[in-house]
Amino acid sequence: MDTFSLLAGGLLTALQPMSLVYAFIGVLLGTAVGVLPGIGPALTVALLLPVTYKLDPAGSLIMFAGIYYGGMYGGSTTSILLNTPGESASIITALEGNKMARAGRGGPALATAAIGSFIAGLVATIALAFLAPTVVKLALSFGPADYFALMVLAFVTVSAAFGSSALMGLTSLFIGLTLGLVGIDLQTGQARLAFGVPDLLDGIEVTTLAVALFAIGETLAVAGAGARAPDKIEPVRGSVWMTAADWGRSWKPWLRGTAIGFPIGAMPAGGAEIGTFLSYAAERRLTKHPEEFGHGAIEGVAGPEAANNASAAGTLVPLLTLGLPTSATAAIMLAGFQQFGLQPGPLLFINSPQLVWGLIASLLVANFMLLILNLPLVGLWVRLLAIPRAWLYAGILTFSTLGTIGANPSQVELGMLLGFGLLGYGLRRFGYPIAPVVIGLILGPLAEQQLRRALAISQGDLLVLVQSPLAIALYLIAAAALLIPLVMRLRGRGEVLNQLAADED
Amino acid sequence: MSELGSQRDERRPDRAALVIAAGLAVLSGVIFWNTASIGTAGSYARIGPTAFPYAIAGALLLISIGTALRAWRGHFPVREADEPAPILWIVGGLAAQMLLLKVAGFAIATGILFALTARGFGRGPLWMTLPIGIGLSLAIWLVFARLLQLSLPAGPLERLFL
Repeated sequence: MDTFSLLAGGLLTALQPMSLVYAFIGVLLGTAVGVLPGIGPALTVALLLPVTYKLDPAGSLIMFAGIYYGGMYGGSTTSILLNTPGESASIITALEGNKMARAGRGGPALATAAIGSFIAGLVATIALAFLAPTVVKLALSFGPADYFALMVLAFVTVSAAFGSSALMGLTSLFIGLTLGLVGIDLQTGQARLAFGVPDLLDGIEVTTLAVALFAIGETLAVAGAGARAPDKIEPVRGSVWMTAADWGRSWKPWLRGTAIGFPIGAMPAGGAEIGTFLSYAAERRLTKHPEEFGHGAIEGVAGPEAANNASAAGTLVPLLTLGLPTSATAAIMLAGFQQFGLQPGPLLFINSPQLVWGLIASLLVANFMLLILNLPLVGLWVRLLAIPRAWLYAGILTFSTLGTIGANPSQVELGMLLGFGLLGYGLRRFGYPIAPVVIGLILGPLAEQQLRRALAISQGDLLVLVQSPLAIALYLIAAAALLIPLVMRLRGRGEVLNQLAADED
Repeated sequence: MSELGSQRDERRPDRAALVIAAGLAVLSGVIFWNTASIGTAGSYARIGPTAFPYAIAGALLLISIGTALRAWRGHFPVREADEPAPILWIVGGLAAQMLLLKVAGFAIATGILFALTARGFGRGPLWMTLPIGIGLSLAIWLVFARLLQLSLPAGPLERLFL
């Protein structure tokens, strides 16, 4: 198989001493930041992006892989010990995991989450390696009209299909699309929505928006809530190790979670949390200990946590092969690629295979490092959780602004940071989802580009958009994703969808 | 749209949500107005640089109407009252950092942000948190500007190390 030799080549890159150092730093930083309450993987990646500015693309992407996986591990630790999931995909982990921690079984809960994440990460990364070349081959035959249809589908699923209301999801998405308009139009050189401000001509930085919405918005929301926010850490008592019974109850959920999570993440639709909910439902039905569910069932941690990691690895399939980010984290990773002038997509696999395969191999390496690093160091991470809220958020804001200043030391940029921070607070306050804004910003200009390219080829004939069977199929799926939830809500089944709300990631 | 909670008792128009609807309408208007000023000369394709903005502005207008209807029926998620004071402290910190960055340098500007944020979370007094923040920011400046070569603005404090 070709994949084997490519992956082996990638492993050679990833196992070089310097690459290992980068991966290690990435994993360490990713876990340390990801473990902080209220910080999910998306924000972890956005905050740590400036650290990678001065590295070469290969080293930077390797560190990135470590940060990404590390951030996810850190997030599960927080949700188990603190019951404040930093991202919506960890809500389920918090549900059962925090109950286990309160019952003095925090150690095994952390262990099953870590090992489950490891197995899911391993299987899913290998699946990514084998699936990617096939998708790339397929994607090479896509025309601009197909890409546009694909992006329309991503817009719909990210914003409207899940969550409390399609209207709110669409509002967030269109705010993001509006922000995406700002700057010089690439095809004609016209400035749009720049209002004569030179800083705006280059468009709005994805990292600025993401850091503002996630970090500053979250800080303002927590500060505004005052004493309302919960702030209680469950100490890890007893053994960290799992008993034989724990292992026996965990291994099947790990595998099932992986099998559920990966395909959901790999679809160009988005939403890591859906996999975790499905996995939880499956474990609840299949368990031999139904009475423990809701009171700390280990299956309820093992399955969803594996599903979470598997679908996070799955989102790399559309990101790397199609250049299509379907989660906020993926959108920021795309921005990370773009800072080196790299555009993910089928051509990246052809033009810089060593880079892509080095990244995929680094994910495997990072996964191993996390397994070794996490269980012994859990005590250290727990101490990070104990930082008083005032210092924690003061530090978060210091680092958020550091990243923005480091990228572009201008007052306009900081003004945008403040403005978007207030926007993020407002969105949280009124229950609007955040991720569609970020995805709209990065995907909007790409969608416009594909649409105009398609129409330029057809000389303005709009029918070109619905001429390929693939595009028609994608539009039909998008329409279904928009209409079925609408019908469900009208028939009073909205609660199911509320639970699937995409919030942070 | 969605019925959050099933209580059917009287619902009042949600004023804050009506403000959101108005804001979305204004945003839509700004895009229309800005796009109208773009000339389409030189672009022979039917879809020029103005088509996408017009489509987005139109969608925003529809969303604004939908939001207004929903706000009128009081179908917005229930919110608890937030405390304004902590938020103002933090926003003040961010604004102070933005205004002072070029003049006072990274360490002092960011130190002020740090101290005011801590104040927002009820930690003080400022004469203690301010030096802590400035010291921390100076350390960050040394690591990132000296070691990692990030371009962070220097002020009087940073010049001591240049």
